[in-house]
Amino acid sequence: MAKRIDVSGLTAYYGSHKAIEDISMTVEPRSVTAFIGPSGCGKSTFLRTLNRMHEVTTGGRVEGKVLLDDEDLYGPAIDPVSVRREVGMVFQRPNPFPTMSIFDNVAAGLRLNGKYKKSELNDIVERSLKGANLWNEVKDRLNKPGSGLSGGQQQRLCIARAIAVEPKVLLMDEPCSALDPISTLAIEDLIGELKERFTIVIVTHNMQQAARVSDRTAFFNLAAVGQPGKLIEIDDTERIFSNPSRQATEDYISGRFG
Amino acid sequence: MSHAAVAAKRPSTLRGATLPNWSPWAIAAGSLAVAAGIGLAADLQSHIQWGLIAALLFLAGTYGIAARVEGRRQAKDRIATSLVWVAFVLAVIPLVSLIWVTVQRGVKVLDFYFLTHSMGVVADSEPGGGIYHAILGSLEQVALATAIGAPIGVLTAIYLVEYGRGSLAKAVTFFVDVMTGIPSIVAGLFILSLMLMFDMQPFGFAGSLALAILMMPVVVRSTEEMLKLVPNELREASLALGIPKWRTILKVVLPTSIGGITTGIMLSIARIAGETAPVLLLVFGNPFINANPFEGAQASLPLYIYQQYSQSAGSTAAYDRAWAASLTLIAFVMILNLVARGIARWKAPKTGR
Amino acid sequence: MDISTQNTHVPPPTPQRSGGTRKRGAGATRRGDQIFLGLSRGSGILLLVIMAAIAVFLTYRASLAISKDEGNFLTTFEWNTGLQPPVFGVAVLAFGTVVSSIIAMAIAVPIAVAIALFITHYAPRKLGGAIAYVVDLLAAVPSIVYGLWGALILVPHMNGLYGWLNDYLGWTGIFSWDEGAPRAMLTVGILLAIMILPIITNVSREVFRQVPQMHEEAALALGATRWEVIRMSVLPFGRSGVISASMLGLGRALGETMAVATVLSPSFDIQASLLNPGGGTFAQNIASKFNEATEFGRDALIASGLVLFVITLLVNGAARMIIARRKEYSGANA
Repeated sequence: MAKRIDVSGLTAYYGSHKAIEDISMTVEPRSVTAFIGPSGCGKSTFLRTLNRMHEVTTGGRVEGKVLLDDEDLYGPAIDPVSVRREVGMVFQRPNPFPTMSIFDNVAAGLRLNGKYKKSELNDIVERSLKGANLWNEVKDRLNKPGSGLSGGQQQRLCIARAIAVEPKVLLMDEPCSALDPISTLAIEDLIGELKERFTIVIVTHNMQQAARVSDRTAFFNLAAVGQPGKLIEIDDTERIFSNPSRQATEDYISGRFG
Repeated sequence: MSHAAVAAKRPSTLRGATLPNWSPWAIAAGSLAVAAGIGLAADLQSHIQWGLIAALLFLAGTYGIAARVEGRRQAKDRIATSLVWVAFVLAVIPLVSLIWVTVQRGVKVLDFYFLTHSMGVVADSEPGGGIYHAILGSLEQVALATAIGAPIGVLTAIYLVEYGRGSLAKAVTFFVDVMTGIPSIVAGLFILSLMLMFDMQPFGFAGSLALAILMMPVVVRSTEEMLKLVPNELREASLALGIPKWRTILKVVLPTSIGGITTGIMLSIARIAGETAPVLLLVFGNPFINANPFEGAQASLPLYIYQQYSQSAGSTAAYDRAWAASLTLIAFVMILNLVARGIARWKAPKTGR
Repeated sequence: MDISTQNTHVPPPTPQRSGGTRKRGAGATRRGDQIFLGLSRGSGILLLVIMAAIAVFLTYRASLAISKDEGNFLTTFEWNTGLQPPVFGVAVLAFGTVVSSIIAMAIAVPIAVAIALFITHYAPRKLGGAIAYVVDLLAAVPSIVYGLWGALILVPHMNGLYGWLNDYLGWTGIFSWDEGAPRAMLTVGILLAIMILPIITNVSREVFRQVPQMHEEAALALGATRWEVIRMSVLPFGRSGVISASMLGLGRALGETMAVATVLSPSFDIQASLLNPGGGTFAQNIASKFNEATEFGRDALIASGLVLFVITLLVNGAARMIIARRKEYSGANA
């Protein structure tokens, strides 16, 4: 059920400011693709164009094509709401709904979608929490507020919430940057398991993390501050970190840059 | 896989049938037309009823059409959007009417003569006369109230922000909040109870005292906010130069935040300038010019409006004067507001955040 | 800014300041500081004294009146301060005040929340900003102008609505109408609603604007429509803020004098129907009875004002408790 993403000629704006320019790439299904690059290079912006979250920001505007298994997300008569259902997202800071219990947080997306029987809902919530490696920690307090969990647990709760609606693709925007090393490790293990079922795209600042979790890595860069970010290259992670084809990538990887 | 059952519930495609962008307008026009038809057919006199019928038709139509074409969730979304729009339009009607009527009826008798003459020799039911005495009274009462309320308010805010720690500051903060909620007529009754003790007759300054009480908490709150915006580094920089705290406050903190403080004071002036209830109890009203706020009844603009309305037994001339006075009062309050906001905006970049 | 010039005419820090003799050496500085501290602390204390004085004097004058009251001050349906012995009570006023405020809240709160949402989540950004500005200004329109507009414009326009309510809902008793001028509680409630609409809208708008982007994005990313985003993240986050905004509006409505005095045709009894003129509110009763009142009559009015004072204190206290709770709650999630 995981789907392939084909991006061609994608340019995104904030008002009149061009944030990223002319990006084309393919993201393979059932794999983890990492986006790396210096701050402000537009990797998060690019990620947000993949589920039409970019246009939620005021002035946000996109040109180009994003094909999800041959269907253009920016085509006519495409409903952005259904796009986001198919392409789930996990954010930098864990953002469980503060007024909802752990159970309701996981069930939130399902409840939007229609009526489920109580037992059906119970099953999906349990399966999703297990899928997010959180079940054993919270099974006795499903009715407690999600905001009472630790940061790492909250982030895994958000992942459970995202996978509960069975998206085709899971986007992760620096999911570990607000977490301690142990929670980070838990999330990274989880990503390894999730890629069996989903297409995963992860933005990260942390190159070791990219090397650890991803199958393919895309390097973004920008010519100067105020210039639009561009895709420099995308390749197998191993190659990017051992023998990149572009000088800029090598500079960045080896720490001679930013 | 067991997920298949779940997946089947979802729309399998990203494509959803969507109504065209012009559909809300079309539905709105349709419901207006139908409502007018129903109104004519049922011979409904009031256009308000036509409007209500149109609004209901619009909501029902939107939901029906959207539910059929786009599905229930989208229909709910659309109905929420429509409700929000309807609420907005509903609220706009009376507020626009208020401003429109005041301007339209106010300009009838509002001229130089009106602004420069009193009601001294004019009976309330007759045309003629003016609001000079009321403007004079209002200006004096508000100026005196500001002279009392503003310094006390600003000083209290300074105490709370610069010195305030411990139980006294907590108590002051708490009671400033309480004071914000005092109805204006209660402030009037308080001064009235004092006047009853000392057997005093109504006079302008009594009104000023009540207005000052209403003004203080507003000034304290707004000044506090402004002082809190002054970065601590600025205070420390000054203190580190050996400048005593009180001079630091006077020469560094206050000048930095003076724009915001002025804005707050002006907004509170605009608020008390429109107060009627305490003035009614304490200043009483007077058709003659009385320039002395410390002796004898005075007039004031809001009180003048009330008395022209209530004491004239439906005379058109009095209503015209009431509207003209309302327009003058609104103009005064609005100008104060606009200037205050102008100052706030103009000063904002300098104070920073 | 002024720091450099200050340095020239304030003596440079003397060595005494850092030693044990600090007290003597900084004498002049100390005096300045003490005077300034005294002034500002004095102002704060003055505020407390005023609040205490309001409570004490109102209670004292009220006790003068209530001690001679032949009726029960809280339950009597009469206001005859001129009788010997005088008979008066606040039951009618309390009823009218509560009823008119409830009507005002029932109309104003949903509409204000909708407008606040309109400004923050529906209108194009520039239009929203412009509307917010206008609503801000409308909050400054003096209540007497609302009163004049209500009496001369709103009242005549209410006939249609009253007739309609009477036709279809008259059987309930609450909406029956004897064709009198529509200067009744419903009109008062509607006018109060229009008056408090701007203030509730303003505060709610601020709260909705503060909803963290990440909560809204969480809902969006799950594939929520705009309305579902509002229901899942904006309204739960803003609920307590809206409640306290409503309390603020309620405080205004309870204490409003002129708008009620101009619109209502009062009487000292309780009307079962909201459409028939009669009844009264605390503030309106004070304003309309004040001119003819003797000194004793004024004390009686002060007594009724004290009750209004206590009610508004309770309402504001409740609002503050809700705000305080919200602070704790949002702190836990920060």
